[in-house]
Amino acid sequence: MAKIHVTMKVNGAEVEGLVEPRTLLVHFIRENLQLTGTHIGCETTHCGACTVDIDGMSVKSCTMFAIQANGSDITTIEGMANADGTLSHLQEGFRQMHGLQCGYCTPGMIVRAHRLLQENPAPTEDEIRAGIAGNICRCTGYQNIVKAIQYAAAKAKGVEFKEAAE
Amino acid sequence: MIPGPFGYHRPASVGDAIKLLASLGEEARPLAGGHSLIPMMKLRLATPGHLVDLHGIAGLKGIHRDGNRIAIGAMTTQHELLASDEIRSSLPILQEAAALIADPQVRYRGTIGGNVANGDPGNDMPALMLTLGAAYRLEGPSGAREVMASDFYQGAYFTALEPGEILTSVTIPLPAAGHGYAYEKLKRKVGDYATAAAAVVLTMAGGKVASCAIGLTNLHETPLLAVDAANAVIGTSLDAASLKKAAAAAEAIMSPAADARGPVEYRKHVGGIMVTRALQRAAHRAK
Amino acid sequence: MNDLTPTREQRTAALEGMGCKRKRVEDIRFTQGKGNYVDDVKLPGMLHGDFVRSPHAHARVKSINTDEALKVPGVLAVITAETLKTVNLAWMPTLAGDVQMVLADGKVLFQNQEVAFVVATDRYAADDGVSKVVVDYEALPVLVDPFKSMAPDAPVLREDLAGKTTGAHGPRKHHNHIFEWSVGDKELTDAAFNKAEVTIKEMISYHRTHPSPLETCQCVCSFDKIKGELTIWGTFQAPHVIRTVVALIAKLPEQKIHVISPDIGGGFGNKVGAYPGYICAAVASIVTGKPVKWVEDRIENLTATSFARDYHMTTEIAATKDGKVTGLRVHVLADHGAFDACADPSKWPAGFFNIVTGSYDFPVAHLTVDGVYSNKAPGGVAYRCSFRVTEAAYCIERAMDILAQKLGMDPAELRLKNFIRREQFPYHSALGWEYDSGDYHTAMRKMMESTDYAALRKEQAEKREAFKRGETREVMGLGVSFFTEIVGAGPSKNCDILGIAMFDSCEIRMHPTGAGIARMGTKSQGQGHETTWAQIIASEIGIPADNIMVEEGNTDTAPYGLGTYGSRSTPVAGAAIAMAARKIKAKAQMIAAYKLEVHEDDLEWDIDGFRVKGLPEKFMSMKDICWAAYNSVPPGMEPGLEAVSYYDPPNMTYPFGAYLCVMDIDVDTGVYKVRRFYALDDCGTRINPMIIEGQVHGGLTEAFAIAMGQEIRYDDGGNVVTGSFMDFFMPTAVETPRWETDFTVTPSPHHPIGAKGVGESPNVGGVPAFSNAVNDAFSFLGSTHIQMPHDYWRNWKAAKSLGVLG
Repeated sequence: MAKIHVTMKVNGAEVEGLVEPRTLLVHFIRENLQLTGTHIGCETTHCGACTVDIDGMSVKSCTMFAIQANGSDITTIEGMANADGTLSHLQEGFRQMHGLQCGYCTPGMIVRAHRLLQENPAPTEDEIRAGIAGNICRCTGYQNIVKAIQYAAAKAKGVEFKEAAE
Repeated sequence: MIPGPFGYHRPASVGDAIKLLASLGEEARPLAGGHSLIPMMKLRLATPGHLVDLHGIAGLKGIHRDGNRIAIGAMTTQHELLASDEIRSSLPILQEAAALIADPQVRYRGTIGGNVANGDPGNDMPALMLTLGAAYRLEGPSGAREVMASDFYQGAYFTALEPGEILTSVTIPLPAAGHGYAYEKLKRKVGDYATAAAAVVLTMAGGKVASCAIGLTNLHETPLLAVDAANAVIGTSLDAASLKKAAAAAEAIMSPAADARGPVEYRKHVGGIMVTRALQRAAHRAK
Repeated sequence: MNDLTPTREQRTAALEGMGCKRKRVEDIRFTQGKGNYVDDVKLPGMLHGDFVRSPHAHARVKSINTDEALKVPGVLAVITAETLKTVNLAWMPTLAGDVQMVLADGKVLFQNQEVAFVVATDRYAADDGVSKVVVDYEALPVLVDPFKSMAPDAPVLREDLAGKTTGAHGPRKHHNHIFEWSVGDKELTDAAFNKAEVTIKEMISYHRTHPSPLETCQCVCSFDKIKGELTIWGTFQAPHVIRTVVALIAKLPEQKIHVISPDIGGGFGNKVGAYPGYICAAVASIVTGKPVKWVEDRIENLTATSFARDYHMTTEIAATKDGKVTGLRVHVLADHGAFDACADPSKWPAGFFNIVTGSYDFPVAHLTVDGVYSNKAPGGVAYRCSFRVTEAAYCIERAMDILAQKLGMDPAELRLKNFIRREQFPYHSALGWEYDSGDYHTAMRKMMESTDYAALRKEQAEKREAFKRGETREVMGLGVSFFTEIVGAGPSKNCDILGIAMFDSCEIRMHPTGAGIARMGTKSQGQGHETTWAQIIASEIGIPADNIMVEEGNTDTAPYGLGTYGSRSTPVAGAAIAMAARKIKAKAQMIAAYKLEVHEDDLEWDIDGFRVKGLPEKFMSMKDICWAAYNSVPPGMEPGLEAVSYYDPPNMTYPFGAYLCVMDIDVDTGVYKVRRFYALDDCGTRINPMIIEGQVHGGLTEAFAIAMGQEIRYDDGGNVVTGSFMDFFMPTAVETPRWETDFTVTPSPHHPIGAKGVGESPNVGGVPAFSNAVNDAFSFLGSTHIQMPHDYWRNWKAAKSLGVLG
């Protein structure tokens, strides 16, 4: 199959590449762009480790072709930190609340939580749990991930998050 | 888990899409949200030679009210259904069901057209469409036609779609004002298809069921309209005996497959319970 | 002293040592997508390998045609068993003393067995090549049910073992028999049963499941022909063991093998074993002269690499009428699949299953285990547990509930009556273990008070009455579990892998500026070793944890270690760290004495340095000692400040805990709700309470998944029916219960810092708590034992069989 030229904005930078139509977006991101923070966990659209943000939507990049993202605006985990390089509220929340262990689901989890908080800046615990239900974590049992997201929501409002990881 | 090679096409209009499908022939498949097709391609259980991506067709998106009907473009996503004020006020059962489909990421990509058109018995929207009396607009090389959802499903993955046809929109008559509704879905976890699910739309008058439609998901190779079950409760106050009759009538038309969700007997049994619970919840909501 | 002089509390806090909820150093990179996992490794000219796998569970391979595959653009080679035979690698030894096909040699023995390895320029071309390999199979009769493995007419699975009447663990009774393992005193146990007032007997199955870390098994192998060196990046929980295995089976000099475990995306036991993918990638690199990457997909992971459990345990307890246990008799039928690839210490064919007497003072016990072959994937790994300890804990905890039911006693009361008492430690169990420490009564009573157990039982009694009156369709269950684990393999007197004693190691090197590096034989897969190991060092030698870098996973730089699994890291390597740190401290003391011009014995340790006894102003900080170690050591002393320790533990450690699960089940649908889950863990000294809590949350979640539905299930044809995350129950945040954690502290008396393991306790104790809750919910309707997993339809089936569905 002839390769096709695609361009897109990834983490604020214009990028381009040649892809086969069948090239999965996750492979384009990981192999062509060498942004390896986006992971592959299940390949059947269940685990969410490959989640990236595309045009304001959380998308499982293992279930989309790179060519379909032509012209779109993508943010991956590598684009989640603050402009000055410090950790975002969410990244800091995951660290403070012990919301990660092996770190493999973490990029997808943070990218997904970012969009969740954009759409719902003050989610309840149940809303957080439903909001991250497309992301599987094998290590944490989710409890501290929920706290990490609550921490970020509080910080975004300028409120100190009291609940500490026990 | 790598798809086989294919040619990619991204038409800008329905007309172009139809022309492409006609010229590419049987090797071509339309691509909507892709969350059924792409996993099948990665397993190489589907190996289309060409994909006609419908994402470039602006006209396939959107929710419009047309008198007492709601028209939903085929490429409207589950996420957009959930965000729509129009759907919230006039067809809330669609939001109740959409929220139970897969997970947030999938709902950003998954479309109503893909959900109703591919004939997967596990999909949730088809039973709702039967329940609501929806019609599908199918466009193909020989023009456009409208098919009632109740005439669309022929078998697992077999539908009334002719080769080269695309389902372009879904039209749903507005349910009566004050109707009650419920979609009861039993599943093992987020991301699973229904073990059994039932949709109910009804109206109540004087404490009795005045009208009722019941749809069933994943309990047969096609979605089902449980007509006898609905008839069993019309005119009743949903007393225990009528509910029991309705569940039994619904179970009588179910023929689910045994799978990891449970044996046939279990899936039918809980199918009946989903019907009962949906009826009760719908009645509770009716004004 | 002035106001700026830090207080003792401030100095201690600045160290972030043991007991501190130190935030993890790993998280800085992981939260930014800057982890470095195996699939992130990219080398110039790197090729990709992918497997052709068998669709059959049992078949003869009549031919393999690779012609069309080799024509696929990008495909460079297709490796088959015939290729591997030229380098004598068609079969490989397993950790359990068996052999395993690397690629199908004449036949296949389980679905998705590796048949051929396609090597191509990228993963897309490799997959295309796989789809073009044509294999001609002749189907053979399939053996799925382990209870039929030793039937006289059972199909012969392992033709390679024809005529072999002895295996690695003694005599074989049948062509599908692997071993029989017997422990305890049969005669005394039989005698106890003969005079028992009360006995129970139940066949308790622990179904086949899978660890399934979110990152699958993968590797990159790169063979340098000029230097004759092989470098392997892999998802290895035990990198040094992999190096030695490669040296032994590939006949390469061990110094020319470099094994690197970079960041690992979860292991849970899945990444202990050696898999055909590693061998094939290495051979492919040798054949092509290029680096070769192999990355397993999820379906391959679930169906081919290392299942867990599949133990079928016929369990009998003898007791007095008033509930004192007098004997335990267990027979296990262990389904090992097509090859015995259990990852146990060599002398333990059923792992440490003889911990099955649990937390109870059984005067006598007898255990036999029969291992058998079937047409299923090989494995038998310790999925988040020490070797077969989860099975043992489930067996005894379920059996104690069954006994309580028969006696009409409360399950908690029965346990309290039979616990090993605090004063009995060190306790010698009837099946041969020496329990190091415990205070079971305190832990159990704390659980019962914290949860108001008595009130919950009262509520349950009321709900049962309401159920009988037809007022509710819900039944309520209380799942009590009190587990004792055995972790920290292990003492060289009884633990080795391929002859290598199961010590572990630490090397600490302090730099002149008061910073240092610790290199370890362990390998974190998410446990946070980079954080916690530094905390131990900080407390031991008074250098802030932030100034200690922990490095694991590179066999060229790390001291030899046996790796991370079976909750052995803290019990073994944690001790090695403390011992190495103490060597540093001993040398530091000599340097400080020299610099302070006093005798060493006149110095006392004070948080972060040495002080002259009686002269508090004469103090030398560890930071300053580090500098002195590089410029003014005492005459005759070597400069530098470093130490290495290889720690051979004198005993295992025995963590324990008391768990309670409160569950409601809708009998009409079988749908359950975990209303509450309380977990009290005692892992001895607590290094980082935040990380311990995280480990408990994670282990409980895995226990929940396993007990309530996570299963590798085969149909009668040997096809896996739960081969993806759709059907293999992997709970999301929505299904996962909320966890309450608690603790007591009973230090290990033989461990330098008193610590035991914790990561696996919640899985070991959690599974019986969930299962006991389901069983307890239904028990008043007349059931004694409902097999796991307790997914919705099986709960419904149980309700139906008890006649409550009208």
